[in-house]
Amino acid sequence: MSEMLKQYAAIVGDTVIDHLHQLAEPLRDKNVVHVNSTREGGGVAEILHRLIPLKQELGIRAGWEVVSGDALYFQCTKKMHNTLQGNREEISEELLRHYEATNERNFRRIQDRLEDADIVFIHDPQPAPLLKLCSGRKGKWVWRCHIDVSRPYRPVWKYLEQFVRGFDASIYSLPAFAQPMDHPLYIIAPSIDPLSDKNIDLGQEEINALYDAYHIDPQRPVVCQISRFDRFKDPVGVIRAYQMAKAFGPPLQLILAGGTATDDPEGEEVLAEVKEAARGDQDIHILLLPPDAHRTINSLQRLSDVIVQKSVREGFGLTVTEAMWKGKPVIGGNAGGIRIQVLNHYTGFLVNTPEGAALRMRYLLRHKERRRAMGETARDFVLENYLLTRHLREYLTLMVAIMRGDGNRIVL
Amino acid sequence: MEPFFLTDCALISIATGETAHNLRELKDRLDRITDPTVTYYHFWAGLLRPTFVDPEYQNDFAAWAYHDLHDRRLAERLAIINPTDFSDIDDLRRKVIDVIEERMDESDFEAHLDAENPFFFTRFQIVIFDTRQRIQTPEQLCEIIPNLPLGSLFYHFIDSRHRTQSRRNDFSEWMAGLGERYAELAAQIAAIDPYFNSLSELRHQLHMILRANLEETPAP
Repeated sequence: MSEMLKQYAAIVGDTVIDHLHQLAEPLRDKNVVHVNSTREGGGVAEILHRLIPLKQELGIRAGWEVVSGDALYFQCTKKMHNTLQGNREEISEELLRHYEATNERNFRRIQDRLEDADIVFIHDPQPAPLLKLCSGRKGKWVWRCHIDVSRPYRPVWKYLEQFVRGFDASIYSLPAFAQPMDHPLYIIAPSIDPLSDKNIDLGQEEINALYDAYHIDPQRPVVCQISRFDRFKDPVGVIRAYQMAKAFGPPLQLILAGGTATDDPEGEEVLAEVKEAARGDQDIHILLLPPDAHRTINSLQRLSDVIVQKSVREGFGLTVTEAMWKGKPVIGGNAGGIRIQVLNHYTGFLVNTPEGAALRMRYLLRHKERRRAMGETARDFVLENYLLTRHLREYLTLMVAIMRGDGNRIVL
Repeated sequence: MEPFFLTDCALISIATGETAHNLRELKDRLDRITDPTVTYYHFWAGLLRPTFVDPEYQNDFAAWAYHDLHDRRLAERLAIINPTDFSDIDDLRRKVIDVIEERMDESDFEAHLDAENPFFFTRFQIVIFDTRQRIQTPEQLCEIIPNLPLGSLFYHFIDSRHRTQSRRNDFSEWMAGLGERYAELAAQIAAIDPYFNSLSELRHQLHMILRANLEETPAP
């Protein structure tokens, strides 16, 4: 077993790794290409950085191609991303033609790779037109949609659908996101990597260093939300919940940690609202972190007593998964993928209002033993369901299934 | 002694694109969707797919009735349906329809109540593969069972109920063929109720039974 697989085996057990080896056997030497639009930054790139080497370890000839484009192309794909998640906004003909032309240019560059591949995974809308361009393809093509397209702005979805419907299969993170089409709609939830800086075990010294760095009192309880300063994450609602809980006596501290994206014009505005809501309270720590502050986020999650993710809209909510992996119960907004991770009284609490969040903060801070037990359940739940090895198992199963045909029971 | 051929499996979920927003729609879809993998999925696949094993409502219909429709009476009636009682998966689908119809006929049933979240009908594909591992004796099974892959357990303990005539698990079937010595062990394993356990708990329970019996009975 390679060093990398040994590291995963130490966490999930040898049998899980043996299982992956056996499942990958029919895929040995198959030529698999993933295509997305960025090598660094964002959840998709983060997963591909780990998933592809793991596939290679299992004997699959897996590779990764990135489509490149100019500012206009990314302006178009950003608008596409927003409208597919429900924003109502037109995309001009000019932008759409530029999007198609950019894909044509990229296709000419990677044509050989795509035509030779046994399986091609196209991630998200950015490279979706490549399928139509690749008339000489011999393999199976799968569209992997990472975004919440449960209620897309129809004109944009209709435009994208012309590129997507020709695929052999598509993959969504939740059944609620799947858009009916004539090909199989696979459901594969995302995952976290237990060996990444964001999730790896840390020494107590590294965690404790943050108390001084951010002036947090180690003697008093800490509630924390890690997320971008975005209204969908309801950071002001978290402050209200903290204020209501604190009024009952616990000497609480609140950490709101996240970054603002340069392409998110609302970020600064929301941050200003958050600062205004927190004004005058020295126990509210608003931390603006750079995009690579993975170990800091890891430490903050570990030093917190309770983690909140009070989103009012959420795709999957990997920050919830990360917190649960660290043995923390989560108070989560009753939205999107949070609902399938947080189960009331077992792995945390689902809430609909700041009042609900305040009530659950009080409960969890009062009941230390329950907090510990729920955190343990939460960690076990992630261990069995939301680590990268499960994600890989489902990819392998899908690959075997589409190579072998559409039968329900595929006997190797 | 005939060895036991250890098989493993992996399952992948596929959305059918069909949804139900209230109980009437759920019944309507169940009337229409006769694909046996859909019914099978919503009763058993929770054990192998990424999901929290609800300790109270283990089939998806009951869990939806409780969590999303907030109809406790219906949830209880759906939860008590034992899928292992049905040799034909289509009979199981009809049983679910019967329970829903019965609920809809009751006077306190609110016909127009929409669920908090829709029910998403899902099917699956299962990939089955030979591990090339052969188990020679129940004692050897006892040794390896703590590390048995959960996919193997699903295949031999759950899936077996829908592909064998006896509707039992493969371990009991194998042991029953090994003579009188293992007959009681085979019966005890067959008596395990798989329905309120996660696969890890089931594996632990199986291990306990094997250990208790094999430690009592010295090998010949």
